[in-house]
Amino acid sequence: MIRLENLTKTFGTPGSGITAVDRVSFEVPEGEICVLLGPSGCGKTTTMKMINRLIEPTSGKVFIDGKDVTHIDPIQLRRSIGYVIQQIGLFPNKTVADNICVVPDLLGWDRKKSRARAAELLEMVGLQPDTFLKRYPKELSGGQQQRVGVLRALAADAPVMLMDEPFGAIDPINREVIQDEFLRMQKTLRKTVIFVSHDLDEAVKMADKIAIFRAGRLEQFASPEHLLSNPATPFIETFLGSDRSLKLLRLVQVEDAMLAPADTVRPDDPVSTARDLMSKSGHPAIIMSNGEGHPGGIILANRIAGQGFCRDAAEPVRATVPVKSDLRSAVALMFTHDMPVIPCVDEEGRLQGVLTYRSIVRSLASSKIAA
Amino acid sequence: MSDVSVDKVAGAAPRLALRGGTGRAYKLGRLIPWLVLIIAVGTWWFTSDMPEDILTYQEDIIFLGGQHIALVAYAGGLALVTGIPAGIILSRPAFRRTAEIALQVFNLGSTIPTLAIIALCMTALGIGTLPAVFGLWMATLLPIVRNTYAGLRNVPKMLIEAAQGMGMTPRQIFWRVEFPNALFVIFSGIRTALAICVGTAPLAFLIGAGGLGELIFTGIALDELPMLLAGVIPTALLAVLTDFVIGLLQYWLVPKGINPLR
Repeated sequence: MIRLENLTKTFGTPGSGITAVDRVSFEVPEGEICVLLGPSGCGKTTTMKMINRLIEPTSGKVFIDGKDVTHIDPIQLRRSIGYVIQQIGLFPNKTVADNICVVPDLLGWDRKKSRARAAELLEMVGLQPDTFLKRYPKELSGGQQQRVGVLRALAADAPVMLMDEPFGAIDPINREVIQDEFLRMQKTLRKTVIFVSHDLDEAVKMADKIAIFRAGRLEQFASPEHLLSNPATPFIETFLGSDRSLKLLRLVQVEDAMLAPADTVRPDDPVSTARDLMSKSGHPAIIMSNGEGHPGGIILANRIAGQGFCRDAAEPVRATVPVKSDLRSAVALMFTHDMPVIPCVDEEGRLQGVLTYRSIVRSLASSKIAA
Repeated sequence: MSDVSVDKVAGAAPRLALRGGTGRAYKLGRLIPWLVLIIAVGTWWFTSDMPEDILTYQEDIIFLGGQHIALVAYAGGLALVTGIPAGIILSRPAFRRTAEIALQVFNLGSTIPTLAIIALCMTALGIGTLPAVFGLWMATLLPIVRNTYAGLRNVPKMLIEAAQGMGMTPRQIFWRVEFPNALFVIFSGIRTALAICVGTAPLAFLIGAGGLGELIFTGIALDELPMLLAGVIPTALLAVLTDFVIGLLQYWLVPKGINPLR
């Protein structure tokens, strides 16, 4: 959908100038989010601005949908691409409605149609159209401004969006909320997005592909999983940080890492059954399932004393983790409640499997091999 | 009376941070019209036949007031239609370097007393309405050019970047983003400029262009207080009225989102 070929930008005179972007090539498939990531001054913003020709490349080509952008009138080109800037840049002289409808108005849409669209968009991010359409940017909170900034880029329903650190000017809590909101919208809208960021966590969260830049060169172009498990160069390894495997946790879903179907015991089984199962699987604990498939208790290997029934040896389950959540929250629960084994449950609370520390380590290792 | 208006201008400028000035001067500038008013009313009160004496000049006041307004309208109108475009041109990126130099020259020009400018106009253009309008125009021009330029230059760059990135043409960027966002500052310049213009207009009498200055200067020369007041009071009222009308325009024409008054 978006293809960059040997894109190069040299500022200053040729020969003695500064090369801001050096022969960058990559391709972003339709409907994916590609995050351009790197320290400041690495050329990521320059690369992005060459896509809508705010900066003209020195050499190389950009193709959108197979069309060379240098053959499209820059004004028409920019109207066909959603654009979000870091400082939001809402026009203070215009109402929220007029801000959202800037591009539809430029394209000469029917006014009623575009204003209805603005209302619809506001509703998508949970802002009451009746209240907000007539407001001015100065009457909005930072988070609301940021949302309107994104909506403005969506208004003309352009298939491609460029976002230059779009959530950079906002507090961490609101940033998470808006990121989630955007990802939720992206699921249905399926825009092809180029997203500039210097925040690794944000990149890992948002990206289908990450392009890491350093001094104008593309160092690695890969999915977040691949990047975190197989950094291509020592620079990237340093950039990702020593806790990159923790960041990887966020990308793996519980259901992909859990042991399923889990060995379980019933309340009226003798404890010897539990002991045998644990020594066979090597797990430090086993889940006792009650009648309806809900986890009813947990039996720890080092707590089993002598004979008896499982229901007497079991301890209450202090926490369960939904199968749809990520490993990071699972690990957090395991640490918080000191549980070497944690039951994984579906939406009805039925036991689907168990996570152990070892199964987590193994799934991280296998994602390394798969990547 | 012209002193009053000039003080008011010096008072209005620091709010825009475009011209040096102290807070004390600002407060003083605000007080002076009221002091004048109190003194005028007091005088009127204690010499009970003063109102009648002033009103004997009624015909003169109407005729010369009309002349006065015409002078202000010509000079002010001319300053608007030349000053705003000049400020716009100077604010364009192509003129960035020239603009600073040009404004320095303008600033230097504004240090020459208006009386001197009017006198110079007389030597070059003779006497009558034309040199007077020209001199007033010169005195009125600077705040308009300066505020138009500063207002446009102070529009945040990110707004222009956003507009560009969304596909506005340079013309659309100017009319939909730059100009509306500079409008408040431009209006402040116009307010200042027209206050100068009304307050300076009495000097036009000195080169034979008439106006309320005729009553003021003749009143001074003849030591005739009612005549003097017959010139001063309408001039003061005219200055206040002009400021009020421009203030109303500023209030209603500048978009709500960027209007600190609303």
